[in-house]
Amino acid sequence: MSEKQAQSSTGLLAKWRSMPNDSAAKMLVVTVSLCFVCSVIVSGVAITLRPMQVANKALEKNRVILESAGLLDEEKTEDIQTLFDERVEVRVVDLGSGEYVDISNPKTHDQRKASKDPTRNYPIPNERDVANIKRRAQQASVYLVRREGKLQNLIIPVHGYGLWSTMYGFLALESDIKTVTGLSFYEHAETPGLGGEIDNPKWRARWVGKFSHDEQGSPRLEVVKGRVDDSRDGAVHQVDGIAGATLTSVGVSNMMRYWLGDNGFGPYLAKLRANSEG
Amino acid sequence: MASSGPKQVLYDPVFDNNPITLQMLGICSALAVTTRMDTALTMCVAVIAVLVLSNASISLIRNHIPTNVRIIIHMTIIASLVIVVDEMLKAYAYDISKRMSVFVGLIITNCIVLGRAEAFAMKYGVGMSILDAIGNALGYSVILIAVAFFRELFGSGTIFGVTILPLTTDGGWYNANGLMLLAPSAFFIIGLLIWALRAWKPEQVEKSEYKIQVHRMEAI
Repeated sequence: MSEKQAQSSTGLLAKWRSMPNDSAAKMLVVTVSLCFVCSVIVSGVAITLRPMQVANKALEKNRVILESAGLLDEEKTEDIQTLFDERVEVRVVDLGSGEYVDISNPKTHDQRKASKDPTRNYPIPNERDVANIKRRAQQASVYLVRREGKLQNLIIPVHGYGLWSTMYGFLALESDIKTVTGLSFYEHAETPGLGGEIDNPKWRARWVGKFSHDEQGSPRLEVVKGRVDDSRDGAVHQVDGIAGATLTSVGVSNMMRYWLGDNGFGPYLAKLRANSEG
Repeated sequence: MASSGPKQVLYDPVFDNNPITLQMLGICSALAVTTRMDTALTMCVAVIAVLVLSNASISLIRNHIPTNVRIIIHMTIIASLVIVVDEMLKAYAYDISKRMSVFVGLIITNCIVLGRAEAFAMKYGVGMSILDAIGNALGYSVILIAVAFFRELFGSGTIFGVTILPLTTDGGWYNANGLMLLAPSAFFIIGLLIWALRAWKPEQVEKSEYKIQVHRMEAI
């Protein structure tokens, strides 16, 4: 940069080239233009790839629904979307009344979007907000798996706050509406290796066969600290905690308490149970 | 290194001046993503892409980078490249990107990338910088893949998910070594690799910082 040919070139470019690298003006120009170029590249890539990422996420959600109901092990297929379309029936439920809502295309119901829309959400009163989610959609999607016309599994979406993030997942119940078939998460940002172990198949397997409700029909399902003592009463409602992830475990417990409770899917589950018995 | 030709710039970092085994850089990711071959390979591809692009772009503008803020400029370029790579993985290889979770993002802090930018790309032309980037990324990849090979083979009995050693849990004869799936095993394997490499190339052994004298009573 020490060339003294500035005079022979013309105008701005010449001035630019004669400027020392560490002058304030040049530093500003270089950093600002670099930031500009980088941000254009990053946002350009993000916008172009967005549709594919959204599709991936949607497919992942469907995969987790199938996984929680144990259908993936059963069917051993790679084609998630076909299996989902074949086996899973999507319905929309009004959480307040527990009744199905008939909308033209329940598959397009976006519960997460609805929970952010003031006309379609329900602000959860503070004292009832055990899952720490502040507001929820008035209408939730539920997923029904039938075999030969009879209900085999019911899958409900659950979410709640863990340590760092809101964890989104699905809880699958058997047709008696109390035996757990599985729990799977499709989105969370808990610490990999600690709270992130909620994705660990071994831990998720511990949920299978637990009871979400007790004899009286009130919801009871929790993650306990340490190991579950099988000899104690209520062990059928308890799941081992994750070592090193107490707050995430508590978050999962709270999530269960909220979504199985009266403010969550309680009314719907009660109706469903009454129907299947009646 | 100033007088070295393109061939040396490319091949030196693979065995003679390997970033992991000799310079001890980028070890954190070598622990995290090497439990399976496919994640290790994806990580290698990601690092090659980031390193080549960052070295190329930094070398391209090296004469205009103000010295006072050069590290920030390097980081801006590297971070943008890593985000681009991460977004690409999320779009085209969702499964793998989910398993690698934060570790793709952590390429930003991979010392090899910043190290090469500062040590090489700031001084040499674009062509040489690209060769240097490829060489260093290959050196990194060789180690990563070697570690992943042993960890996946002995930890899960598979290579790229294909069963090589049938596990006892699936009715085979091989009892999987759980330690191989944990981070410390990567340290052991890297240590053994360094040992092997230095046995092969003794000139890589560092000079000892002090010499232990023979204890002599009469000296007192």
